[in-house]
This record gives sequence, structure tokens and C-alpha cells, in this order.
Amino acid sequence: MNAIKLETNAYSLFYGKFRALEDISLKIPEKQVTAIIGPSGCGKSTFLRTFNRMNDLIPGVRTEGQALLDGEDIFSMDVVALRQRVGMVFQKPNPFPKSIYDNVAYGPRVNGIRDKKALDEIVETSLRGAALWDEVKDNLGKSGLALSGGQQQRLCIARALAVRPSVILMDEPAASLDPIATQRIEELIRQLVEEYTIVIVTHNMQQAGRVSDYTAFFFTDESSTGKLVEFNLTRKIFTNPQDKRTEDYITGRFG
Amino acid sequence: MQTKLRVDRAVRTILLISASFSILIVVSIFVFIFRSSLPAFREIGLQGLLGELTWRPTNGSFGILAMVVGSVMVTLMALVIGVPLAIAAAVFLAEIAPRGVQAVVRPAVQLLAGIPSVVYGLFGMVVLVPLIRRIPVAGNSGYGLLSAAIVLAVMILPTITSISEDAIRAVPRSYKEASLALGATHLQTIFQVLLPAGKSGIVAALILGIGRALGETMAMIMVIGNSVILPSPLDDNPLTIFLSQARTLTGNIAVEINYASGLHASALFATGVVLFVLIMVVNISAHAILNRSNSAA
Amino acid sequence: MNAPEMTSTRPTELPSSRTSANLRKRQAAQKFGFGLLWLASLVVILILLVVVGYVFLTGFKSLSWEFLTTAPKGGLSGEGGISTTILTTIYLVGLILVIAAPLGIGAAIFLIEYQEQTKTGGKFLRGLLQAANFGVETLAGIPSIIFGLFGYALFVSTLKFGFSLLSAGLAGACLVLPTIIRTTQEALLTVPVSLREGSLALGATRWQTISKVVLPAAIPGIITGIMLSVGRIISETAVFYVTLGGSYRLPNSLLSGGRTLSLHLYYLAMDTNAFEKAMGTGAVLIVSIILINLVIDLISRKLSAGVRQNQ
Repeated sequence: MNAIKLETNAYSLFYGKFRALEDISLKIPEKQVTAIIGPSGCGKSTFLRTFNRMNDLIPGVRTEGQALLDGEDIFSMDVVALRQRVGMVFQKPNPFPKSIYDNVAYGPRVNGIRDKKALDEIVETSLRGAALWDEVKDNLGKSGLALSGGQQQRLCIARALAVRPSVILMDEPAASLDPIATQRIEELIRQLVEEYTIVIVTHNMQQAGRVSDYTAFFFTDESSTGKLVEFNLTRKIFTNPQDKRTEDYITGRFG
Repeated sequence: MQTKLRVDRAVRTILLISASFSILIVVSIFVFIFRSSLPAFREIGLQGLLGELTWRPTNGSFGILAMVVGSVMVTLMALVIGVPLAIAAAVFLAEIAPRGVQAVVRPAVQLLAGIPSVVYGLFGMVVLVPLIRRIPVAGNSGYGLLSAAIVLAVMILPTITSISEDAIRAVPRSYKEASLALGATHLQTIFQVLLPAGKSGIVAALILGIGRALGETMAMIMVIGNSVILPSPLDDNPLTIFLSQARTLTGNIAVEINYASGLHASALFATGVVLFVLIMVVNISAHAILNRSNSAA
Repeated sequence: MNAPEMTSTRPTELPSSRTSANLRKRQAAQKFGFGLLWLASLVVILILLVVVGYVFLTGFKSLSWEFLTTAPKGGLSGEGGISTTILTTIYLVGLILVIAAPLGIGAAIFLIEYQEQTKTGGKFLRGLLQAANFGVETLAGIPSIIFGLFGYALFVSTLKFGFSLLSAGLAGACLVLPTIIRTTQEALLTVPVSLREGSLALGATRWQTISKVVLPAAIPGIITGIMLSVGRIISETAVFYVTLGGSYRLPNSLLSGGRTLSLHLYYLAMDTNAFEKAMGTGAVLIVSIILINLVIDLISRKLSAGVRQNQ
């Protein structure tokens, strides 16, 4: 049984008066892929962004309850240090308007690594880890924006890897990609999970089924407040859901 | 029905003529100024205008080199003083200021933009010049490059700040999020991602600021001294060149056009041409630099 | 797809002491950097307070009803007030708007509303539209002294209007034309296409659509452009310095000259020692600009409320 990497206890999040997440208690195991699924608007992305405190950027956000990384309180930590340990890949690939090399080297550079040889090594390792090295190794000076959508997303993954996090958060990483690029990303996730804890939000149930070890099902009712309905091994969620709402969602009775 | 269509067609022609006026005016300006400057270019020649330091129309000397240097120097000095301040204010407004503070600073910048140039010139005369005169250097009258540069810096600051602020705000939010998610601090994000991503807008702001600086006339006349000399150090200390008096191209035109005639007047038009070319050169080089850095990235 | 060779993708973690030292350094740098940025804004506010404050404080001494309603009498000590200059400024603003507003608004209407003519109108029209847009861009970038020079060459000398309201008005109209054209263009662009289509579908001609539907919706933006031009004219000196002459008497016809407020300030500063009166004139100028800015703000606020309604 794996150790617990990320954890929330009775965690709620408010935008001003509006409660977006209610009382979420979830334990995410280390070095596994945990998928978060659910209908749109149920707070999946908001919950994901808790773990690297990207919600801090939104004015008027308030939280209750606990969120922990390796047992430490996320909200007491220095947020910059937190983000070095928890990386993120976004829904729409967002490489910087810089060269491929500078994109990947950005993270290490802002963390103080100046030595060219060290940076070269990190860039190569990260690009290999993102299964992109062979395609770009002769062209590291090319602009990151000149790559295809799928390549850009792998570049963003490499960029996140370069910071040496132990957790990678993925917010619908293949949502804007074509099926072939999506497949490559999914294969990459299965490789990365040997070294990293991965939490992935996806609206695509089949993807969750293919890629994840554990699945958390979020749901919302008319109050628009997101709640955790069920969390279990993926195969158990898909073959034997305990909650009717989970079953309805899985069988496609509603979006 | 017929009248309706006839009216419509007539109106279209009127509007077309209105639109043509902008072309007409630009062409007229070019034609008139170039035509009036031709005698100067023919009889004095480029060497006589741009290669000579002496401007003494009564003696037949029409060298405007000293004025070119004056304009360029005061503009460069104003940029050195004003640009860091302006960009800092732009960054502050776009990324750091709480909303309440924005509501104070932004209107303040707008108000600075609205103050007429002669008021700045007056302030320069009455407050700045006596202040600078205190610097104990022989021959320092207070009037000169330093006073003019400070006044000019304040005048171009609002332009550069508001356009740069827009440029920074226009940078896609996703870049900022990506940078922060990689563990960069807010400051690092601003200087390593936001400003580079916004550089075309910031360069546009600078071009506008430079254009304004080179084109400013009245405020410069009021504080720069208007001596037709090549700015040079007042004593052994080379830094005192900044205290030197000078005359700008714009000042040259304004101060003398009302009583000039013949070749003298033509030389003033030639000064206008030189000014215009200077501004064009700045615009083109800035765009070229921007294109080169964009393709390099 | 073949899995690439998976050597460890995870280089050894940085020892935590190194990371936290770097972190502290960066946070200190950020505190310092942000402090500088706060300082910069403070300096900007200070500059404003010092300039406006000084002008108001020293000018206040000469501000009085008498100052505003008496004519200047010239002389080394700058006797008199500024009444004629205020009137001259108003005349000039009126004249320039009479010339430039119809021209500018008409040009903008043509450039925006007749755009699809670029496809159907043939090469001439396409070229004209492009040239006109280019013309506006260029005009906007020309320094004001060049407009003055142009005005002097064409209106004062060649057409022999001399130093007069007419010369200054024509030159000033050229100066503000790009502003009016641009702001009117923007105002027209905020009117939704659906409004135009609805009108045309009802059988209205293009001009009827423009005059009855588009223009009324664009009025706030157009007025903003006009107010901006008014502000520009009040602040502008160089153009009028070489076209209006320097007489402090009230112009009694289009062909007589005069002084605007800005010009009067300049002359007071350069030719007399009446610095307090110059400051007083400056105070009047600043107050006018503040009022104009307030009007523009009010209109913009009404404008954005209107746009929200349209949507």
C-alpha cells in the first residue's frame, strides 16, 4: 500500500459567499495516477488547483479545512517552495514565447541554477522524460510556439519536470489535442507515474479508465457546490460503483 | 424611392471627399515643406546644413548640426530619466497596485498627460532652473540640457506609462500562471515572462515617447537656453556637458520663422525636414529591432 | 509508439538547504523590487502634486474675477488680465471644430461604413481607403511644430491670410483631424453589426442606416473624440505661435490675430516678469483640462453602460 502523498480533510473553498467545494476529504496515494472526474462545473479544476495554491491568484477566495502535502499543511508553507514540489500542466498548452531550451530551463533558472552544463543536462533529461527529446534535440533554439499542439503540451510537461517536483497536477491535459497526440500523452503519463505522483482532471471517462489507478468522482447539484461522491480504485469505480450518482455518470445517463 | 437612392449616392460622394482630405492634408504638408526647403538643400547643401556647427543666417551660415545634437541629447537624457520611472509605474499599475491605489495613481498619470506643455515650461523656468543654477559650476545659468531633460521626462512619462501598462495587461494570463506554477516569484514572473512577452507594446510606447520628445517645442524653448552652440562641458569635468545650454531643432524653427525670409526661411523648412527624417529613422529602427528580436526567439 | 528509453527521468533532488537559501534570496529580492516599484509610483504622484500644487499656490494670488474679465494691457509687468485670451481661445476652438468635426466624422464614417467596398469597389476605392488610413496614421505622428510650419507656409504666407484666426483655425484643424477620425472610427466599431443589418433588412438605404441607427449609437464616443480635441487645442501652443500672431487684443474678424491662453502664458513668461500672472493663467489652463477630463470620463462611463445594454 502506497504512502499518502496529498491529502485534504473537510476542505471547503468559497468565492466570496459562494461555496464552490464542500467538505472534501480525500487521500491521494504516492506514485499512482489519480483521476478526478465529474460533470462540468463540479469544481474539479478548482480542487486540483488547491494543491499548488493557484487559487490564491483569484481575489476573494477563502478556504476552510486542511490540505496536506507529505503531511505538511500546504497553506502554512511558502507558496513558491510548494510550487517547486507540485508542478502543473494546463489544459491549453502555454509554452512561453521563448526558445524550447529557454522554456524548459526557465524553472531551474528562476530557482537559481546558472551553470550552463547543469542546465543542459536538466533540459535534456526533462525533454527525454516528456518523450520530446528526439523530435527537438537539433532545434532547441526554435520557438516553443512553433511546435504542434501535442508537442507544445509535451514541452509544457518537460518544463514542469525540469523543476524536479514530486507531484504533477494535470488539468485536462489532452483536451485541446487530436486523438493521436492524446494517445501519446496518455502513454507518457503511464511512464511518468513510475517516478511521480500524478493527479489528472479529465472530463473524458474513457481516458480516466485507461490512464488512472484511482478515481475520484465529484458531483454537484442545484446548489452548484462541488462534493466528493466516491473515491476508489479505478477498476472498482467503473465496474462496481457504490453511489447511484456515480453509476449514472459512468453509464452516461447525464453529461 | 429615386430620391432616396440619389441622396444616398450624393452622401457617399461627400463622405469619400471627406476621407480624401486626410490624404490631401498629408500630401500638402509634405509638398509644402519639402518645396519650401528645396532652395536651402540646393544652395546650402547637406554638408552646409548637417555638417556645419555655425548657425548665423545673417552671415550666410546655416549649420544645424548643433541643433541636431541638442535635440538628440535632450531626448536621450529625458529617456534615461523618464523611462525607468515610467515602466516601473506601468508594472506597478498592472501587477502590484491594489485596486484602491490604482484608482489614485492612474488618474494622476492621466492628469500629468493633460497638463499643457507651456505650464511645464513655466514650472521649469520658475522652479527647476533656479534649482539647477545652484550647482556650483562656472557658466551654469540653470538653463540648459538638464532642466530641459527633466521637464521632457515628466512630459513623456504618462504616455509611456499608459501604453506600457496596456501592453503588460495584454499578456495572456496563461503565461503568468505557467510561470508561477513553476515556482517563480511574482517579481521573477514580471521581469522574465511578462515584460519580454509585452515588449512590442512597450517598444511602441517608447517610440511614441521619443516622437513626443523630439517634437516638443515650447517647453524646450523656455528652459533649454536656446544658445546656438554645440553642447559641451562647461569646465574640466566632462559631466558638466549636461549643464550646457543648447537649442533643439524645434526651437530653431519656432524662434526664427516669424521674421525669417528667403534662404533663411528655407533653411528653417529644411530643419523641419531633418526633424521629420529623424523621427522616421527612430520609428523604423525600433520596428526593425523588434522584428529581429521576435524572430530570434 | 515505442517507449523512449527510460533512464531515470528524475535527476537527484536538490538538497533542501540549497533550495531554501535560494528561496530566501529571491523573496528578499522581491521585497526590494516591489519596494522600488511602490517608490516609483510615489514619485509620480509627488511630481503631479508639486507641479500642480506650485502652479495653483502661486497662481492663486493673481486669480480673481477681475483677472478673468480684464483684458491684458501688455508692458513689461504684464498689466491686466486674461479676458481677451479666454475669448480668443473659445473662438479658436469653435472655429477648429466647425472645420474639423464634419470632415473628421465624415471621413471616419466613410472609412468604416463603406469598408466592404474594398471588395466590390475596385482598385481605386481599395487604394483610396488604404491611402486614407495611412494618411491618418501619418498625420497622428507629425509633431505640432510641423503643422505650424505648414500653416505658416500655406495659410499665413501663400494664401496671405496672415497671422489670423483663420490661419490658426485651419492649421489647428489639420492637427486634430487624426484624433477625431480615430475616435469616431472606434465609436462606430462599437455599434453591433446586427443593428446595421436589421436596418438594411427593413429596406433602409445605407445613409439612412448610418444617420438614423449607427450615428446615434456612436454619439458618446464621437463626443469623447471632440472633447479630446478641445483639450488638445487648449493645451497646444507651437502651432498657434506661428499662425496666430501675438496680439493681446481681441480678434474682431477671422483675419485678425490674437492670443490663446497658452500663448499668453508663454509671452508672459518670456517677455515680462509677471510670473504670478503666468502661474494664474496656468491655473486656469489646468482647471480647464481637469474639467474636460471629467466630462470625458462621464461620457466614457455612460458609454460603457450603453455598450453593456447593447449586448
